Amino acid sequence: MAAWQVFAYIAASILFITGLKMLSRPETARRGNRLSAVGMLIAVVATLAAGGLDYTWIVVGLVIGAAVGAVAARRVQMTGMPEMVALLNGSGGLASMLVGWAEYVRTTDVATFSAVAIVFTVLIGGIAASGSVVAFGKLSERIDGKPYLFRGQKPLNAALLALALVAAGFVIADAAIVGGVGGTTLAFALVLLLALALGVLVVIPIGGADMPIVVALLNSYSGIAAAAAGFVIDNNVLVVAGSLVGASGFILTTIMCKAMNRSLANVLFGGFGATVTAGSAAQEGSVKPLTPDDAYYILEAADSVVFVPGYGMAVAQAQHVVQELAELLIKNGADVRHAIHPVAGRMPGHMNVLLAEANVPYEQLVEPEDVNPAMETVDVAIVIGANDVVNPAAKEDPSSPLFGMPIIEVDRARTCFVLKRSMNPGFAGVDNALFFKDNTRMIFGDAKATIAAMVSAFKDA
Amino acid sequence: MNPLLLFVFVLAVFLGLELINKVPSQLHTPLMSGSNAISGITIVGAIVAAGEGGIVPTILGTIAVAAATINVIGGYLVTERMLGMFKVGKGS
Repeated sequence: MAAWQVFAYIAASILFITGLKMLSRPETARRGNRLSAVGMLIAVVATLAAGGLDYTWIVVGLVIGAAVGAVAARRVQMTGMPEMVALLNGSGGLASMLVGWAEYVRTTDVATFSAVAIVFTVLIGGIAASGSVVAFGKLSERIDGKPYLFRGQKPLNAALLALALVAAGFVIADAAIVGGVGGTTLAFALVLLLALALGVLVVIPIGGADMPIVVALLNSYSGIAAAAAGFVIDNNVLVVAGSLVGASGFILTTIMCKAMNRSLANVLFGGFGATVTAGSAAQEGSVKPLTPDDAYYILEAADSVVFVPGYGMAVAQAQHVVQELAELLIKNGADVRHAIHPVAGRMPGHMNVLLAEANVPYEQLVEPEDVNPAMETVDVAIVIGANDVVNPAAKEDPSSPLFGMPIIEVDRARTCFVLKRSMNPGFAGVDNALFFKDNTRMIFGDAKATIAAMVSAFKDA
Repeated sequence: MNPLLLFVFVLAVFLGLELINKVPSQLHTPLMSGSNAISGITIVGAIVAAGEGGIVPTILGTIAVAAATINVIGGYLVTERMLGMFKVGKGS
Protein backbone atom coordinates (compact mmCIF):
# COMPACT_ATOMS: atom_id res chain seq x y z
CA MET A 1 0.00 0.00 0.00
CA ALA A 2 1.44 3.34 -1.04
CA ALA A 3 2.05 5.99 1.61
CA TRP A 4 -0.49 8.38 0.11
CA GLN A 5 -3.11 5.66 0.28
CA VAL A 6 -2.37 5.09 3.97
CA PHE A 7 -2.77 8.82 4.60
CA ALA A 8 -6.06 8.84 2.70
CA TYR A 9 -7.39 5.98 4.82
CA ILE A 10 -6.25 7.73 8.00
CA ALA A 11 -8.08 10.88 6.90
CA ALA A 12 -11.19 8.80 6.19
CA SER A 13 -10.98 7.17 9.64
CA ILE A 14 -10.68 10.57 11.34
CA LEU A 15 -13.71 11.83 9.42
CA PHE A 16 -15.71 8.74 10.47
CA ILE A 17 -14.78 9.20 14.13
CA THR A 18 -15.55 12.94 14.14
CA GLY A 19 -18.70 12.43 12.10
CA LEU A 20 -20.04 9.76 14.42
CA LYS A 21 -19.34 11.90 17.47
CA MET A 22 -21.19 14.83 15.92
CA LEU A 23 -24.02 12.54 14.87
CA SER A 24 -24.83 11.89 18.52
CA ARG A 25 -25.62 15.59 19.24
CA PRO A 26 -28.70 17.33 17.82
CA GLU A 27 -26.90 20.58 16.96
CA THR A 28 -24.11 18.95 14.97
CA ALA A 29 -25.76 15.78 13.66
CA ARG A 30 -26.28 16.96 10.10
CA ARG A 31 -22.71 18.19 9.66
CA GLY A 32 -21.48 14.95 11.24
CA ASN A 33 -23.31 12.87 8.68
CA ARG A 34 -21.84 14.91 5.84
CA LEU A 35 -18.32 14.67 7.27
CA SER A 36 -18.56 10.91 7.45
CA ALA A 37 -19.86 10.84 3.85
CA VAL A 38 -16.78 12.80 2.78
CA GLY A 39 -14.67 10.23 4.61
CA MET A 40 -16.38 7.47 2.66
CA LEU A 41 -15.74 9.27 -0.63
CA ILE A 42 -12.04 9.64 0.21
CA ALA A 43 -11.76 5.94 1.09
CA VAL A 44 -13.47 4.86 -2.14
CA VAL A 45 -11.42 7.20 -4.35
CA ALA A 46 -8.17 6.11 -2.67
CA THR A 47 -9.06 2.47 -3.34
CA LEU A 48 -9.96 3.09 -6.98
CA ALA A 49 -6.90 5.25 -7.60
CA ALA A 50 -4.47 2.66 -6.25
CA GLY A 51 -4.48 1.00 -9.65
CA GLY A 52 -4.01 -2.63 -10.63
CA LEU A 53 -7.78 -3.05 -10.91
CA ASP A 54 -10.06 -3.82 -13.81
CA TYR A 55 -12.77 -1.19 -13.47
CA THR A 56 -15.46 -2.67 -15.72
CA TRP A 57 -17.42 -4.61 -13.14
CA ILE A 58 -16.61 -2.22 -10.32
CA VAL A 59 -18.38 0.54 -12.24
CA VAL A 60 -21.35 -1.74 -12.96
CA GLY A 61 -21.71 -2.49 -9.25
CA LEU A 62 -21.31 1.16 -8.26
CA VAL A 63 -23.90 2.39 -10.75
CA ILE A 64 -26.50 -0.22 -9.82
CA GLY A 65 -25.94 0.27 -6.08
CA ALA A 66 -26.01 4.06 -6.29
CA ALA A 67 -29.22 4.07 -8.34
CA VAL A 68 -31.03 1.65 -6.03
CA GLY A 69 -29.76 3.37 -2.88
CA ALA A 70 -30.65 6.87 -4.05
CA VAL A 71 -34.13 5.94 -5.23
CA ALA A 72 -34.87 3.98 -2.05
CA ALA A 73 -33.63 6.82 0.18
CA ARG A 74 -35.76 9.36 -1.65
CA ARG A 75 -38.92 7.27 -1.96
CA VAL A 76 -39.12 5.71 1.49
CA GLN A 77 -41.90 7.02 3.70
CA MET A 78 -40.99 8.01 7.23
CA THR A 79 -43.34 5.29 8.47
CA GLY A 80 -41.34 2.79 6.41
CA MET A 81 -38.05 3.78 7.99
CA PRO A 82 -37.67 0.64 10.17
CA GLU A 83 -37.86 -1.58 7.06
CA MET A 84 -35.41 0.68 5.23
CA VAL A 85 -32.90 0.50 8.09
CA ALA A 86 -33.28 -3.29 8.24
CA LEU A 87 -32.58 -3.59 4.50
CA LEU A 88 -29.56 -1.30 4.74
CA ASN A 89 -28.19 -3.44 7.59
CA GLY A 90 -28.76 -6.48 5.43
CA SER A 91 -27.02 -5.11 2.33
CA GLY A 92 -23.97 -4.17 4.43
CA GLY A 93 -23.84 -7.64 5.95
CA LEU A 94 -24.30 -9.27 2.54
CA ALA A 95 -21.46 -7.20 1.04
CA SER A 96 -19.07 -8.21 3.84
CA MET A 97 -20.06 -11.85 3.51
CA LEU A 98 -19.36 -11.75 -0.24
CA VAL A 99 -16.00 -10.04 0.32
CA GLY A 100 -15.01 -12.91 2.60
CA TRP A 101 -16.29 -15.46 0.10
CA ALA A 102 -14.49 -13.84 -2.87
CA GLU A 103 -11.24 -13.78 -0.90
CA TYR A 104 -11.66 -17.46 -0.07
CA VAL A 105 -12.02 -18.28 -3.76
CA ARG A 106 -9.26 -15.94 -4.91
CA THR A 107 -6.41 -16.88 -2.61
CA THR A 108 -4.63 -20.19 -2.74
CA ASP A 109 -2.08 -19.84 0.05
CA VAL A 110 -3.83 -18.57 3.12
CA ALA A 111 -2.26 -17.92 6.51
CA THR A 112 -4.10 -19.31 9.53
CA PHE A 113 -5.00 -15.85 10.72
CA SER A 114 -6.58 -14.94 7.38
CA ALA A 115 -8.58 -18.16 7.34
CA VAL A 116 -9.98 -17.25 10.78
CA ALA A 117 -10.87 -13.79 9.45
CA ILE A 118 -12.55 -15.21 6.34
CA VAL A 119 -14.83 -17.67 8.13
CA PHE A 120 -15.68 -15.11 10.80
CA THR A 121 -16.60 -12.52 8.14
CA VAL A 122 -18.80 -15.01 6.32
CA LEU A 123 -20.45 -16.12 9.56
CA ILE A 124 -21.29 -12.66 10.93
CA GLY A 125 -22.03 -11.15 7.52
CA GLY A 126 -24.33 -14.04 6.65
CA ILE A 127 -26.23 -13.80 9.93
CA ALA A 128 -26.63 -10.02 9.52
CA ALA A 129 -27.81 -10.44 5.91
CA SER A 130 -30.46 -13.13 6.33
CA GLY A 131 -31.47 -11.88 9.81
CA SER A 132 -32.12 -8.45 8.33
CA VAL A 133 -34.26 -9.91 5.57
CA VAL A 134 -36.43 -11.66 8.18
CA ALA A 135 -36.55 -8.46 10.24
CA PHE A 136 -37.63 -6.61 7.09
CA GLY A 137 -40.34 -9.21 6.48
CA LYS A 138 -41.65 -8.86 10.01
CA LEU A 139 -41.52 -5.05 9.99
CA SER A 140 -43.29 -4.77 6.64
CA GLU A 141 -45.74 -7.46 7.79
CA ARG A 142 -44.90 -9.72 4.89
CA ILE A 143 -44.19 -12.26 7.63
CA ASP A 144 -46.31 -12.56 10.76
CA GLY A 145 -44.84 -10.30 13.44
CA LYS A 146 -45.67 -12.76 16.20
CA PRO A 147 -42.80 -14.72 17.72
CA TYR A 148 -42.39 -18.00 15.87
CA LEU A 149 -41.52 -20.73 18.33
CA PHE A 150 -41.26 -24.47 18.04
CA ARG A 151 -40.10 -27.28 20.26
CA GLY A 152 -36.37 -27.85 20.30
CA GLN A 153 -35.68 -24.43 18.82
CA LYS A 154 -32.84 -23.56 21.17
CA PRO A 155 -31.09 -26.95 20.89
CA LEU A 156 -31.45 -26.76 17.11
CA ASN A 157 -29.89 -23.30 16.94
CA ALA A 158 -27.09 -24.40 19.27
CA ALA A 159 -26.45 -27.50 17.18
CA LEU A 160 -26.35 -25.52 13.93
CA LEU A 161 -23.99 -22.97 15.47
CA ALA A 162 -21.75 -25.80 16.72
CA LEU A 163 -21.79 -27.38 13.26
CA ALA A 164 -20.87 -24.05 11.66
CA LEU A 165 -17.98 -23.66 14.08
CA VAL A 166 -16.74 -27.20 13.36
CA ALA A 167 -16.86 -26.54 9.62
CA ALA A 168 -15.06 -23.24 10.21
CA GLY A 169 -12.49 -25.18 12.22
CA PHE A 170 -11.88 -27.43 9.20
CA VAL A 171 -11.20 -24.46 6.94
CA ILE A 172 -8.84 -22.95 9.51
CA ALA A 173 -7.05 -26.24 10.21
CA ASP A 174 -6.54 -26.74 6.50
CA ALA A 175 -4.92 -23.33 6.27
CA ALA A 176 -2.74 -24.04 9.31
CA ILE A 177 -1.57 -27.50 8.22
CA VAL A 178 -1.53 -27.44 4.44
CA GLY A 179 -1.07 -23.72 4.04
CA GLY A 180 -4.03 -23.41 1.70
CA VAL A 181 -7.81 -23.58 1.72
CA GLY A 182 -8.27 -25.40 -1.55
CA GLY A 183 -9.48 -28.69 -0.16
CA THR A 184 -12.22 -27.39 2.09
CA THR A 185 -14.86 -26.16 -0.34
CA LEU A 186 -17.54 -28.32 1.27
CA ALA A 187 -16.70 -27.10 4.77
CA PHE A 188 -16.68 -23.52 3.56
CA ALA A 189 -20.03 -23.91 1.80
CA LEU A 190 -21.40 -25.32 5.04
CA VAL A 191 -20.23 -22.27 6.99
CA LEU A 192 -21.91 -20.02 4.44
CA LEU A 193 -25.24 -21.86 4.40
CA LEU A 194 -25.37 -22.32 8.16
CA ALA A 195 -24.69 -18.62 8.68
CA LEU A 196 -27.66 -17.74 6.48
CA ALA A 197 -29.86 -20.31 8.21
CA LEU A 198 -28.84 -19.06 11.65
CA GLY A 199 -29.70 -15.49 10.73
CA VAL A 200 -33.26 -16.60 9.91
CA LEU A 201 -33.62 -18.81 12.97
CA VAL A 202 -32.28 -16.20 15.39
CA VAL A 203 -34.68 -13.46 14.30
CA ILE A 204 -37.81 -15.57 13.73
CA PRO A 205 -38.62 -16.16 17.43
CA ILE A 206 -38.48 -12.44 18.24
CA GLY A 207 -41.79 -10.62 18.61
CA GLY A 208 -42.93 -7.32 17.13
CA ALA A 209 -42.45 -5.29 20.31
CA ASP A 210 -38.82 -6.41 20.52
CA MET A 211 -38.00 -5.30 16.99
CA PRO A 212 -36.20 -2.09 18.09
CA ILE A 213 -33.67 -4.24 19.93
CA VAL A 214 -33.18 -6.58 16.98
CA VAL A 215 -32.77 -3.74 14.50
CA ALA A 216 -30.12 -2.14 16.72
CA LEU A 217 -28.37 -5.49 17.18
CA LEU A 218 -28.29 -6.20 13.43
CA ASN A 219 -26.83 -2.73 12.97
CA SER A 220 -24.04 -3.77 15.32
CA TYR A 221 -23.50 -7.05 13.43
CA SER A 222 -23.17 -5.30 10.07
CA GLY A 223 -20.42 -3.17 11.60
CA ILE A 224 -18.59 -6.16 13.08
CA ALA A 225 -18.84 -7.95 9.72
CA ALA A 226 -17.21 -4.95 8.01
CA ALA A 227 -14.44 -4.95 10.62
CA ALA A 228 -13.90 -8.67 10.05
CA ALA A 229 -13.71 -8.03 6.29
CA GLY A 230 -10.96 -5.54 7.15
CA PHE A 231 -8.95 -8.41 8.65
CA VAL A 232 -9.55 -10.41 5.49
CA ILE A 233 -8.21 -7.81 3.07
CA ASP A 234 -5.69 -6.46 5.59
CA ASN A 235 -7.08 -2.93 5.68
CA ASN A 236 -7.16 -0.64 8.72
CA VAL A 237 -9.93 1.67 7.56
CA LEU A 238 -12.41 -1.22 7.47
CA VAL A 239 -11.35 -2.34 10.91
CA VAL A 240 -11.71 1.15 12.41
CA ALA A 241 -15.00 2.07 10.70
CA GLY A 242 -16.51 -1.36 11.26
CA SER A 243 -15.70 -1.45 14.96
CA LEU A 244 -17.10 2.06 15.46
CA VAL A 245 -20.41 0.92 13.98
CA GLY A 246 -20.29 -2.30 15.97
CA ALA A 247 -19.83 -0.28 19.15
CA SER A 248 -22.55 2.26 18.38
CA GLY A 249 -25.01 -0.50 17.50
CA PHE A 250 -24.15 -2.24 20.74
CA ILE A 251 -24.77 0.94 22.74
CA LEU A 252 -28.17 1.41 21.09
CA THR A 253 -28.99 -2.22 21.82
CA THR A 254 -28.13 -1.68 25.48
CA ILE A 255 -30.25 1.49 25.65
CA MET A 256 -33.22 -0.41 24.20
CA CYS A 257 -32.80 -3.34 26.59
CA LYS A 258 -32.64 -0.95 29.55
CA ALA A 259 -35.81 0.77 28.39
CA MET A 260 -37.57 -2.59 28.53
CA ASN A 261 -35.85 -3.70 31.73
CA ARG A 262 -34.64 -6.88 30.07
CA SER A 263 -31.36 -8.53 29.34
CA LEU A 264 -30.16 -9.10 25.80
CA ALA A 265 -30.16 -12.85 26.39
CA ASN A 266 -33.81 -12.64 27.41
CA VAL A 267 -34.71 -10.81 24.20
CA LEU A 268 -32.79 -13.22 21.97
CA PHE A 269 -33.92 -16.43 23.56
CA GLY A 270 -37.04 -15.46 25.51
CA GLY A 271 -39.67 -15.68 22.78
CA PHE A 272 -41.33 -12.87 24.70
CA GLY A 273 -45.03 -12.46 24.16
CA ALA A 274 -45.58 -15.92 22.73
CA THR A 275 -47.70 -16.85 25.69
CA VAL A 276 -49.87 -14.83 27.99
CA THR A 277 -48.94 -15.76 31.51
CA ALA A 278 -51.71 -17.48 33.35
CA GLY A 279 -50.83 -15.52 36.51
CA SER A 280 -52.03 -12.19 35.15
CA ALA A 281 -54.86 -11.05 37.36
CA ALA A 282 -58.30 -10.87 35.81
CA GLN A 283 -59.15 -7.32 34.82
CA GLU A 284 -61.47 -5.41 37.10
CA GLY A 285 -63.74 -2.55 36.21
CA SER A 286 -65.37 -1.80 32.92
CA VAL A 287 -64.32 -0.17 29.71
CA LYS A 288 -65.72 3.34 29.28
CA PRO A 289 -65.96 4.35 25.64
CA LEU A 290 -66.06 7.97 24.53
CA THR A 291 -66.85 9.69 21.24
CA PRO A 292 -64.43 12.19 19.67
CA ASP A 293 -67.05 14.93 20.14
CA ASP A 294 -67.23 14.33 23.87
CA ALA A 295 -63.45 14.14 23.96
CA TYR A 296 -63.39 17.63 22.52
CA TYR A 297 -65.23 19.09 25.54
CA ILE A 298 -62.66 17.60 27.90
CA LEU A 299 -59.76 18.78 25.75
CA GLU A 300 -61.25 22.23 25.41
CA ALA A 301 -61.05 22.68 29.19
CA ALA A 302 -57.59 21.15 29.55
CA ASP A 303 -54.56 23.21 30.58
CA SER A 304 -52.02 20.47 30.15
CA VAL A 305 -52.07 17.73 27.52
CA VAL A 306 -49.55 14.96 26.93
CA PHE A 307 -49.58 12.86 23.78
CA VAL A 308 -48.15 9.35 24.05
CA PRO A 309 -47.56 7.98 20.55
CA GLY A 310 -46.92 4.33 19.77
CA TYR A 311 -46.75 2.02 16.80
CA GLY A 312 -50.48 2.55 16.14
CA MET A 313 -49.77 6.18 15.25
CA ALA A 314 -47.31 5.00 12.61
CA VAL A 315 -49.78 2.47 11.20
CA ALA A 316 -52.58 5.05 11.01
CA GLN A 317 -50.16 7.70 9.62
CA ALA A 318 -51.69 9.98 12.22
CA GLN A 319 -48.63 12.16 12.97
CA HIS A 320 -49.82 15.12 10.87
CA VAL A 321 -53.29 15.34 12.42
CA VAL A 322 -51.69 14.94 15.85
CA GLN A 323 -49.62 18.04 15.19
CA GLU A 324 -52.72 19.86 13.92
CA LEU A 325 -54.57 19.03 17.12
CA ALA A 326 -51.53 19.99 19.20
CA GLU A 327 -51.41 23.42 17.54
CA LEU A 328 -55.11 23.99 18.20
CA LEU A 329 -54.65 23.00 21.84
CA ILE A 330 -51.74 25.42 22.21
CA LYS A 331 -53.81 28.19 20.65
CA ASN A 332 -56.49 27.31 23.17
CA GLY A 333 -53.97 27.99 25.96
CA ALA A 334 -52.93 24.47 26.86
CA ASP A 335 -49.43 23.24 27.53
CA VAL A 336 -48.73 20.42 25.06
CA ARG A 337 -46.01 17.81 25.18
CA HIS A 338 -45.30 14.52 23.42
CA ALA A 339 -43.94 11.84 25.73
CA ILE A 340 -41.86 9.33 23.82
CA HIS A 341 -40.86 6.00 25.26
CA PRO A 342 -37.48 4.79 23.92
CA VAL A 343 -38.97 1.54 22.62
CA ALA A 344 -42.24 2.93 21.24
CA GLY A 345 -42.57 1.82 17.63
CA ARG A 346 -40.49 -0.66 15.71
CA MET A 347 -37.02 0.82 15.78
CA PRO A 348 -35.01 3.08 18.07
CA GLY A 349 -36.22 6.67 17.65
CA HIS A 350 -39.18 5.69 15.43
CA MET A 351 -41.66 8.14 17.02
CA ASN A 352 -39.21 11.04 16.96
CA VAL A 353 -38.76 10.63 13.23
CA LEU A 354 -42.51 10.57 12.58
CA LEU A 355 -43.24 13.62 14.74
CA ALA A 356 -40.32 15.49 13.19
CA GLU A 357 -41.84 14.76 9.78
CA ALA A 358 -45.04 16.42 11.00
CA ASN A 359 -43.06 19.50 12.14
CA VAL A 360 -43.52 18.96 15.86
CA PRO A 361 -41.01 21.28 17.56
CA TYR A 362 -38.17 19.49 19.32
CA GLU A 363 -38.92 21.27 22.62
CA GLN A 364 -42.30 19.53 22.87
CA LEU A 365 -40.73 16.08 22.83
CA VAL A 366 -40.06 14.72 26.31
CA GLU A 367 -38.82 11.44 27.71
CA PRO A 368 -40.73 9.37 30.30
CA GLU A 369 -38.59 10.50 33.23
CA ASP A 370 -39.36 14.16 32.38
CA VAL A 371 -43.11 13.74 32.36
CA ASN A 372 -43.73 11.03 34.98
CA PRO A 373 -42.94 13.06 38.16
CA ALA A 374 -45.61 15.68 37.35
CA MET A 375 -48.16 13.32 35.80
CA GLU A 376 -50.81 14.28 38.40
CA THR A 377 -50.86 17.81 36.98
CA VAL A 378 -51.59 16.58 33.46
CA ASP A 379 -55.25 17.10 32.58
CA VAL A 380 -55.40 14.78 29.60
CA ALA A 381 -52.97 12.12 28.44
CA ILE A 382 -53.76 10.95 24.91
CA VAL A 383 -52.40 7.50 24.17
CA ILE A 384 -52.25 6.94 20.41
CA GLY A 385 -51.73 3.33 19.49
CA ALA A 386 -49.30 2.66 22.33
CA ASN A 387 -49.97 -0.23 24.66
CA ASP A 388 -47.14 -1.95 26.47
CA VAL A 389 -45.23 1.26 27.21
CA VAL A 390 -48.21 2.60 29.20
CA ASN A 391 -49.28 -0.67 30.85
CA PRO A 392 -49.53 -0.12 34.64
CA ALA A 393 -48.89 -3.85 35.15
CA ALA A 394 -45.21 -2.98 34.68
CA LYS A 395 -45.40 -1.29 38.09
CA GLU A 396 -48.19 -3.15 39.86
CA ASP A 397 -48.25 -6.78 38.80
CA PRO A 398 -45.13 -8.86 39.63
CA SER A 399 -46.54 -11.77 37.62
CA SER A 400 -46.71 -9.72 34.42
CA PRO A 401 -44.00 -10.30 31.81
CA LEU A 402 -43.75 -6.52 31.61
CA PHE A 403 -43.05 -6.13 35.34
CA GLY A 404 -40.14 -3.77 36.01
CA MET A 405 -40.18 -2.08 32.61
CA PRO A 406 -40.10 1.70 32.92
CA ILE A 407 -43.37 3.08 31.52
CA ILE A 408 -45.08 6.39 30.88
CA GLU A 409 -47.44 6.52 33.84
CA VAL A 410 -50.52 7.90 32.08
CA ASP A 411 -52.76 6.10 34.58
CA ARG A 412 -51.85 8.87 37.03
CA ALA A 413 -53.03 11.66 34.75
CA ARG A 414 -56.41 13.26 35.61
CA THR A 415 -57.95 11.83 32.45
CA CYS A 416 -56.48 9.40 30.00
CA PHE A 417 -57.76 8.90 26.44
CA VAL A 418 -56.73 5.67 24.79
CA LEU A 419 -57.10 5.64 21.01
CA LYS A 420 -57.29 2.09 19.83
CA ARG A 421 -58.74 0.14 16.98
CA SER A 422 -60.17 -2.64 19.13
CA MET A 423 -59.67 -4.36 22.46
CA ASN A 424 -56.85 -6.62 21.22
CA PRO A 425 -53.86 -6.84 23.54
CA GLY A 426 -50.56 -5.27 22.47
CA PHE A 427 -47.72 -6.96 20.67
CA ALA A 428 -46.46 -8.35 23.95
CA GLY A 429 -49.76 -10.26 24.12
CA VAL A 430 -50.51 -8.82 27.54
CA ASP A 431 -53.82 -7.39 28.72
CA ASN A 432 -53.68 -3.78 29.74
CA ALA A 433 -55.23 -2.78 33.07
CA LEU A 434 -55.06 0.85 31.95
CA PHE A 435 -58.14 0.34 29.78
CA PHE A 436 -60.22 -0.52 32.83
CA LYS A 437 -59.14 2.33 35.14
CA ASP A 438 -61.71 4.87 36.34
CA ASN A 439 -59.97 7.83 34.70
CA THR A 440 -59.49 6.09 31.35
CA ARG A 441 -61.76 6.71 28.35
CA MET A 442 -61.45 4.46 25.32
CA ILE A 443 -61.93 6.04 21.90
CA PHE A 444 -62.26 3.22 19.40
CA GLY A 445 -61.57 3.54 15.70
CA ASP A 446 -58.80 4.55 13.34
CA ALA A 447 -56.48 6.93 15.21
CA LYS A 448 -56.20 9.31 12.28
CA ALA A 449 -59.97 9.57 11.83
CA THR A 450 -60.50 9.99 15.58
CA ILE A 451 -58.02 12.83 15.90
CA ALA A 452 -59.27 14.44 12.70
CA ALA A 453 -62.76 14.43 14.26
CA MET A 454 -61.40 16.20 17.35
CA VAL A 455 -59.65 18.74 15.13
CA SER A 456 -62.84 19.55 13.25
CA ALA A 457 -64.73 19.80 16.55
CA PHE A 458 -62.20 22.45 17.59
CA LYS A 459 -62.49 24.29 14.31
CA ASP A 460 -66.31 24.30 14.35
CA ALA A 461 -66.44 25.62 17.89
CA MET B 1 -2.72 -11.61 7.38
CA ASN B 2 -1.69 -9.06 9.94
CA PRO B 3 -2.36 -9.73 13.65
CA LEU B 4 -1.48 -6.10 14.41
CA LEU B 5 -4.95 -5.29 13.10
CA LEU B 6 -6.30 -6.82 16.31
CA PHE B 7 -4.63 -3.99 18.18
CA VAL B 8 -6.38 -1.42 16.00
CA PHE B 9 -9.67 -3.33 16.33
CA VAL B 10 -9.66 -3.37 20.14
CA LEU B 11 -8.74 0.32 20.37
CA ALA B 12 -11.42 1.26 17.84
CA VAL B 13 -14.10 -0.65 19.76
CA PHE B 14 -13.17 1.19 22.96
CA LEU B 15 -13.13 4.49 21.09
CA GLY B 16 -16.61 3.74 19.70
CA LEU B 17 -18.01 2.91 23.14
CA GLU B 18 -16.56 6.14 24.60
CA LEU B 19 -17.62 8.25 21.63
CA ILE B 20 -21.32 7.54 21.71
CA ASN B 21 -22.50 7.75 25.27
CA LYS B 22 -25.75 9.52 26.06
CA VAL B 23 -27.49 9.81 22.74
CA PRO B 24 -30.83 11.66 22.96
CA SER B 25 -33.63 9.39 21.74
CA GLN B 26 -34.42 11.89 19.00
CA LEU B 27 -31.20 10.83 17.32
CA HIS B 28 -31.50 7.06 17.71
CA THR B 29 -32.75 6.47 14.17
CA PRO B 30 -30.35 8.87 12.39
CA LEU B 31 -27.47 7.49 14.45
CA MET B 32 -28.41 4.01 13.35
CA SER B 33 -28.82 4.80 9.66
CA GLY B 34 -25.78 7.11 9.65
CA SER B 35 -23.51 4.60 11.38
CA ASN B 36 -24.95 1.95 9.10
CA ALA B 37 -23.74 3.94 6.11
CA ILE B 38 -20.27 3.88 7.66
CA SER B 39 -20.40 0.08 7.83
CA GLY B 40 -20.69 0.27 4.06
CA ILE B 41 -16.91 0.83 4.20
CA THR B 42 -16.78 -2.81 3.25
CA ILE B 43 -17.17 -1.33 -0.26
CA VAL B 44 -13.37 -0.95 -0.23
CA GLY B 45 -13.00 -4.72 0.06
CA ALA B 46 -15.74 -5.24 -2.52
CA ILE B 47 -13.99 -2.99 -5.06
CA VAL B 48 -10.76 -4.95 -4.67
CA ALA B 49 -12.61 -8.27 -5.01
CA ALA B 50 -14.46 -7.11 -8.14
CA GLY B 51 -11.36 -5.73 -9.86
CA GLU B 52 -8.55 -8.15 -9.21
CA GLY B 53 -9.53 -10.78 -11.76
CA GLY B 54 -10.86 -14.32 -11.65
CA ILE B 55 -14.40 -15.11 -12.75
CA VAL B 56 -15.96 -16.13 -9.44
CA PRO B 57 -14.34 -13.38 -7.36
CA THR B 58 -15.42 -10.84 -9.98
CA ILE B 59 -19.04 -12.01 -9.83
CA LEU B 60 -19.08 -12.06 -6.02
CA GLY B 61 -17.22 -8.76 -5.89
CA THR B 62 -19.62 -7.03 -8.28
CA ILE B 63 -22.63 -8.08 -6.24
CA ALA B 64 -20.75 -6.98 -3.11
CA VAL B 65 -19.99 -3.57 -4.65
CA ALA B 66 -23.66 -3.11 -5.55
CA ALA B 67 -24.85 -4.15 -2.05
CA ALA B 68 -22.26 -1.99 -0.28
CA THR B 69 -23.09 1.00 -2.49
CA ILE B 70 -26.80 0.65 -1.66
CA ASN B 71 -25.74 0.65 1.97
CA VAL B 72 -23.52 3.73 1.60
CA ILE B 73 -25.65 5.91 -0.69
CA GLY B 74 -28.99 4.85 0.82
CA GLY B 75 -27.67 5.25 4.37
CA TYR B 76 -26.20 8.73 3.96
CA LEU B 77 -29.11 10.11 1.93
CA VAL B 78 -31.82 8.79 4.21
CA THR B 79 -29.96 10.12 7.26
CA GLU B 80 -29.60 13.50 5.60
CA ARG B 81 -33.32 13.49 4.82
CA MET B 82 -34.29 12.65 8.39
CA LEU B 83 -31.94 15.16 9.99
CA GLY B 84 -33.30 17.81 7.64
CA MET B 85 -36.73 17.32 9.22
CA PHE B 86 -35.54 17.80 12.77
CA LYS B 87 -36.06 21.35 13.89
CA VAL B 88 -33.18 22.17 16.16
CA GLY B 89 -32.62 25.22 18.33
CA LYS B 90 -35.38 27.76 18.93
CA GLY B 91 -34.87 27.93 22.67
CA SER B 92 -33.94 24.33 23.34
